[in-house]
Amino acid sequence: MAGIPHDHYEPRTGFEKWLHERLPIVSLVYDTLMIPTPKNLNWWWIFGIVLAFALVLQIVTGVILAMHYTPNVDLAFASVEHIMRNVRGGYMLRYVHANGASLFFFAVYVHIFRGLYYGSYKSPREVTWIIGMLIYLVMMGTAFMGYVLPWGQMSFWGATVITGLFGAIPLIGEPIQTWLLGGPAVGNPTLNRFFSLHYLLPFIIAALVIVHIWAFHTTGNNNPAGVEVRRGSKEEAEKDTLPFWPYFVIKDLFALGVVLIVFWAIVGFMPNFLGEADNYIEANPLMTPPEIVPEWYFLPFYAILRAFTADVWVVQIASFVTGGIVDAKFFGVIAMFGAIVVLALVPWLDTSSVRSGKYRPMFRWWFYLLVIDFVVLMWSGSQPVGGIVPALSLIGASYWFAYFLVILPILGIIEKPEPIPATIEEDFNAHYGKQEAAE
Amino acid sequence: MIRKLALTAVAALALSGVAAMASEEIEVEDVDFSFEGPFGTYDQQQLQRGLQIYTEVCASCHGLKFVPIRTLGDEGGPGLAEEAVRAYAEQFEVYDRELDDTRPAKPSDHFPESSLDNAPDLSLMAKARKGFTGPNGLLINPLFKGQGGPEYIYSILTGYTGEEKEVAGSTFYENKAFPSGWIAMPPPLVGEDVEFADGSSNELEKEAEDIAAFLMWTAEPKMMARKQAGFVGVLMLVVLTSLLYLTNKRLWAPVKGKKKSA
Repeated sequence: MAGIPHDHYEPRTGFEKWLHERLPIVSLVYDTLMIPTPKNLNWWWIFGIVLAFALVLQIVTGVILAMHYTPNVDLAFASVEHIMRNVRGGYMLRYVHANGASLFFFAVYVHIFRGLYYGSYKSPREVTWIIGMLIYLVMMGTAFMGYVLPWGQMSFWGATVITGLFGAIPLIGEPIQTWLLGGPAVGNPTLNRFFSLHYLLPFIIAALVIVHIWAFHTTGNNNPAGVEVRRGSKEEAEKDTLPFWPYFVIKDLFALGVVLIVFWAIVGFMPNFLGEADNYIEANPLMTPPEIVPEWYFLPFYAILRAFTADVWVVQIASFVTGGIVDAKFFGVIAMFGAIVVLALVPWLDTSSVRSGKYRPMFRWWFYLLVIDFVVLMWSGSQPVGGIVPALSLIGASYWFAYFLVILPILGIIEKPEPIPATIEEDFNAHYGKQEAAE
Repeated sequence: MIRKLALTAVAALALSGVAAMASEEIEVEDVDFSFEGPFGTYDQQQLQRGLQIYTEVCASCHGLKFVPIRTLGDEGGPGLAEEAVRAYAEQFEVYDRELDDTRPAKPSDHFPESSLDNAPDLSLMAKARKGFTGPNGLLINPLFKGQGGPEYIYSILTGYTGEEKEVAGSTFYENKAFPSGWIAMPPPLVGEDVEFADGSSNELEKEAEDIAAFLMWTAEPKMMARKQAGFVGVLMLVVLTSLLYLTNKRLWAPVKGKKKSA
């Protein structure tokens, strides 16, 4: 791959040369594994491998679960119980798969916030960022549809509420909703298509992941210092980098081990902790549960959806200007999707030329506030409306938009960054002393 | 589960246009069950007592349609002997599609469904209810006390105040643990409802604990195997991760040298 100069694969034996001329696959694997990687990467950079692992874990457990699952409204719930009771190891498979979704989202959120702090989205890595956002969107769709499959109360009513969001779009909304559901309400056609898509989308994620990796292997990794690897010569580049194998593979595997200890303890000892009890009640279209709550990883955006009620002035203005076409319901839907759109557009919203938040004294605090905002929104999304929840959701949602649309553009202009290390080597040596002593 | 009970005019409901129900705080007592915590196990004697209560009391209205009768003989459950399971099965009449008639149940059949329309199936009740949330929806109580499903069942069974009221021809009984405060189920246990062969106490509280434990087993029959897999898995991962830690440390040592004290 283009970019950082490094050693490439040289076929040695006769067979290797024979194969290389016909299919340079060994070369592809070699160059991918030996890619020069900035040697100052810190522990926040380990979540890529956690995500890759989670994807494989979900596909493997999911494929086996699909062998025993029946996508039919009369049989789905019982087939899940069949998996839990009669399939050998089925209870572990299902608990791993259900909690695997939480592992996946936990890792993706850390991964995204790492990118936000260290400016990984900035030029020349915008395409990597955009592909990443696409992966995140497809992940959300996959997780949502997967949650419908057990056909519990929360599956059914969650599906009803979320597809109802499309119904909020004026004019074309209801036809779209009917088209998505395959009928006037959530029913057997819905379950069947969700099962089909839930099986398909992970492979689209896998394809996008390859493009994501391809993109950042072209530009090279970002790193905590946010300065680029020197590319003048191979010798120079080698002062800034180490090959991915073995240095980062072993480091990442160690970190993955730590994450998996926690994950396995949750699966083994408290597999239902993150789930909703209501989903152990079979879906009943005639009985609405007292409260419909999405899974934890959707809560921040759910809070944004609920934040814009009819008494909020921006909603009233929007409604007035559009002659009532944009009502509170539709506004909420726009806000929810908008919250993800501003996230995807951050490469063009951040005007600062400095990549890493480490050297941005003002940015840092606004960023920490964004992390707190995300957690607060998650909590508000989990609470019934009442008390401080609506106000908190509105403040949280406003800050989310303000961060991307106002604070980031302005900070780049008014902020005076701290001095940045000239090279990755300098940043690395500031922490570790061997080279200086030896030289 | 305060937030579950609390009335929600949630946008969700507004969107789906469905009414929500009224609610009050419920009182769920924390019971020390043998199966709690990472190392907790089912008490086989207790599960057998719970089975007896289920059979003699609950089964007259409620069903366990997801539970195969043969699992009564499984390890980590009530652990009935094979003949005992067969004998137990025979007391139920089940409909056989091939015969187009009813016949005595076999161990391979499931427990019968609920015989009363408004009596919910109990197979998953202990996982379908939450006794503990909070405080403030922060999930701290469930982290330490568990979800509280069995505690909820215990609290329902012991939570009758003795008050009754009639609404539209149906009788409702006041219950401190039931979300609306008034439950349609008459007090199923009052104490001394069953005679245990092993002479265990049949006070109301003890009976409620036994049946709650049994229903936890019907909801989560593989709990003990799962916890063991969890324990072994964590142990193996700790070993693997420690080795990876040492490998990583050694691998990076020549590159890093000593860490600066800064």
